Parts: sequence; structure tokens; C-alpha cells
Amino acid sequence: MTAPALEIAGLNKRFGGLPATRDVSLQVMPGERRLIIGPNGAGKTTLFNLVTGDLSADSGSVKLFGQELMGMRTPDRVHRGLARTYQILTLFPREKLVHNVVLALLGLDKLRWNPWAVLTGHRHLYEQAREALAQVGLADSAERIVAETSYGERRRLELAMALAQKPKVLLLDEPLAGLSQGERQSVRSLLDKVPRGVTIVMIEHDMDTALGFAERITLLHYGEVILEGTRAEVVADPRTREVYLGD
Amino acid sequence: MNRKSIAVAIGATACAAVPWIITNDYFVNLASQILIYALLALSLNLLLGYGGMVSLGHAAFLGLTGYSTILLVLAGHDQLTTAILSVVFSTACGALFGVLALRASGIGFLMITLALGQIVWGIAYRANELTGGDNGLTLPARPVPFGIDINSASNFYHFTLIVFAIALFCIWRMTRSPFGAALCGTRDQPRRMSMLGHNVWMIQWLTFVIASFWGSISGLLYIYYNLFMSPHAISLQQSAEALLMAILGGATTLSGPIVGAVIITIVKNVVSTYIERWNILLGLIFVIVIMFMPNGLVPGCRQLWQSIQSRRKAPAPETKSASEPAP
Repeated sequence: MTAPALEIAGLNKRFGGLPATRDVSLQVMPGERRLIIGPNGAGKTTLFNLVTGDLSADSGSVKLFGQELMGMRTPDRVHRGLARTYQILTLFPREKLVHNVVLALLGLDKLRWNPWAVLTGHRHLYEQAREALAQVGLADSAERIVAETSYGERRRLELAMALAQKPKVLLLDEPLAGLSQGERQSVRSLLDKVPRGVTIVMIEHDMDTALGFAERITLLHYGEVILEGTRAEVVADPRTREVYLGD
Repeated sequence: MNRKSIAVAIGATACAAVPWIITNDYFVNLASQILIYALLALSLNLLLGYGGMVSLGHAAFLGLTGYSTILLVLAGHDQLTTAILSVVFSTACGALFGVLALRASGIGFLMITLALGQIVWGIAYRANELTGGDNGLTLPARPVPFGIDINSASNFYHFTLIVFAIALFCIWRMTRSPFGAALCGTRDQPRRMSMLGHNVWMIQWLTFVIASFWGSISGLLYIYYNLFMSPHAISLQQSAEALLMAILGGATTLSGPIVGAVIITIVKNVVSTYIERWNILLGLIFVIVIMFMPNGLVPGCRQLWQSIQSRRKAPAPETKSASEPAP
């Protein structure tokens, strides 16, 4: 039997007296497209932070292809095939787009410890970075400074940085937030092109665009998984309307 | 050969020619002092400008190297062994200080480095039997590298210049290396760098160790120059001055700390002979520079030059001919 790409079991996190996630358990199978939905404050981003190690869980387990991640530092989780994008853009605004992707590639390359080699001399890194930028339609903007690009371009850059690392599991935290309708469709079609070797877990509020993408949906409410199922099952369930979609 | 290489070659030749241009020993010695403090500021700038870590204890490495050099020479060791052991000892202390200081970031980091610097100063001040206390310790003689006597002002200047040039080249290579890029990344977005697979703590710690190594090298030059070490040399004021050199010149550049070291060393040594309260002048210079060039002198002048160039290149507004009818 194939091990789930991402397996979360009994995950708990409290901030003082406030429970952020309560006994969250879910399994995402390899190649699956999973959508995490829920109202603001439901604990979606906290769940991602617990998976990546940005936050440490009070109890529970997170496994990546059967390997326990709890107690492991964030960079080690990344080296095992985890990548993510952030809801609030976290880029290197004073650098060129290509340099941002090079930093992503360096993160998995032993070359990052070299204090003597000249970085720009390693052309293979720059070629790979340009390929990743071309993948998201930013080939012509590679030499531009991030601070001079549009919000939509920055969103795509985040995606390029994550994809450049050839992750096994990709966590996307609201990748369509703040984008125009046209840009949303463009990012959506980019995501459709991501190979099935990459399992995607996505948090998104734009249901019109995200529903078509997801194969299974998990609904979080007050830090708890209250519903999980196929697209049709979740949309048809009255609890989804009650806590999230409304009437 | 491009323009940059030509500029570097001219600069290096000019630096090497200093003792022949300025024949006065006082000013040649002042040039040696500038190089020593420039190296101290450059090493501190690896933490400050490239790593975003503000340290107020960097002068400790001057003291650790200086005192250990004197003690080892007095114990009968030869100069080469002493130099190696002193730098290794001081860098090892830097590695330990790094572990302690990196338990915090921002103000916490600053306060821990300040405390560590004060501990070293306190030991130098209080451990009379070991360090001579306030009276300090004297190094009997300068070394004789490769049989060359470096007692004269010009020979010592050239010795310092060679060490400084090697250090500058190594630091320049580091800032352009993959490690340097990762270091700047941890300064700007540590959380993001972690999520990209970079070990932020290790990058910062290694930088601390490298900065302590170059700080120790400047300590070695310091003790060879002064042949004397006292707690005054490693006081908080010394660490603050090194920090000021980097900030004044521009912490985000390689040349900034050198420019800062030139200004501060000259103000300290030359202007202080004419103005009793030279500290006020130094403060005034600092305030004026930061007001008009908040990123420091080098980036500020660069920005100014670029704006002048762009103004020159911009096409002049078209003037209407006199015959043109008024609208």
C-alpha cells in the first residue's frame, strides 16, 4: 500500500488559552490536489506552519511519505521534499527575480556553504532559475528587480521559487489572493500544468477558481476538521454552507 | 582590462606608494592605523551589513588576540607559533561567543555581544596577575616575517597593507559567493530562507566565526603596531567606534567601512591635536552624514553620482521658437 504523501494525525496547537488546531488529522495521497477551506481564524495557515515547522506542535504527528517530521527543523523538512508559498509575500525585494530563484535552488545545493566561489560563475544555477521563471511566464522579467514588479508577477515568482525546488509536496497558502480575475485564471492554469509527481495542498478563499482545481476538500472550523470529502460531497453538505459558504 | 580593474590597480599602487608620497613617519604610522581599524570595521561589517547582526563586543577580539600574543611570547614561544595560536584561540572564543549571542536576535543579540565584550574587558581590567590590569602588558618586539625587519614605519605599513589586501580580497570573495548570497538572504528574510532549505542559524554562526577570525587578524596587527595592550584598547568605546566606522561609510558596501575608518582615525589622531573636544566634531560628522545620506557615505555618494549622471543624460526640454504663435 502506498504511503500518503502527507499524513497528519492528532495535531494540536494552542496559543495560550486559544486552541489554534484541535486534533487535526488528514491524509493526502501522492499526486492529489487537496483544498483546505474554512472561515478566517479557522487555523488553516497555522496548520501549514505546523507542517513546515515554522511553529512547533503541542502534540500529534506529521509524516511525509511515511517519514516523521515532528522534531525536525524546517530546512530538513524542505530537504525531504516539502515546499510552500506564503499568504503574505516573502521575497527578496531588492534583488532580481532570477536571484530570488537562485536562492531557492541554493537551499538544496551543497554549494550554499561555499564562501570562496563566485556565485554568478555557476551558470547551471542561473539556467535552472530562468527555466523555473519561464515555467510561470516570467522569462522576460528575470533581470528585473522584485520591487519593480507587479503584485501578480510576485505571486508567480513565489510559485517559481517553490517549483524550482522540485518538491514532492507543495503547500500553497492563498496563491490567488489579491490577483485580478485574469491573473487568477493564469495562475490556475499554471497550477494545472504542475506534474502529478507533485502533491499539492492549497488554502484558498476563491471558491470559483479553487473548486475546479481540488479533488478533495477539507473544511476547518475553529481549528477542527469538521468535514472532508470529494468536491461534490463537501459542496453539497449543509455544514459547508453553515460555516463557510453562507446561504 | 575594464574600468573597475584599472581603478583597483591605481588604488593599490597609490596605497603601496604612501610611504614615498608621505615621507613623514607620523602620517605613515597613521596610515597603518587606518588599515588596522579598517580591517576591524570590515570584519564587523560582515555581521552588521551582510548579516544584519549588530554587535557591540567586536573589540574583544582585539584584546583576546593581543593579550594571548603577549602572554605566549613572554612564555617563550616563537612569533609564528604565537601568531597562529593567538588567532586560533581568539577565533575559538568567537565561535563560543557566537553560540551564546545567537540565542537571541535584534536587541537581544546586541546586548549579549555587549555583555561578552564587557566580560573580556573586565577580565583584562581585573586579572592583574595575568593581564597587568590597568597598566597593561608590553610585547617585547615585533616579529621578523621572512627575515624582513618591520620596525620602520614604512616597512610596517607595507606589512600591514599586504595583510589588509589579502583580508580584503578574501572578504570580497565571500560577499560574492553562494555563502555570501545566503547570508544576505538570512538578513532580509530569515523565515523564508529557512523554508528554502537554508540553515539560518548555521549561516549566522559561521559568519560570526569568520568575523571573529578577521577581527583577530586585526588584533594581531594592532599588537604588532602598538607593542602594548591595555583594557582601554578593548573598551566599549572601541567596539562602538568600529560600529560607527561601518555605519558612517555605509554598512551595505565593502568599501564603506574603509571610508569610515579613514575618517574616524584621522579625526581621532589629527583633528584631536587641534580640537580638544574632537568627539563633538565626530558626532557632528556622523549626524550630518546620517541626515543627508542615511545609508552612509559610499552608497550616498554613489546615489548622488547616479542622479547627476541621469540629469546629464536626460534630454533638455524643448523650447518653443519665438515665431511660434501663442496659444
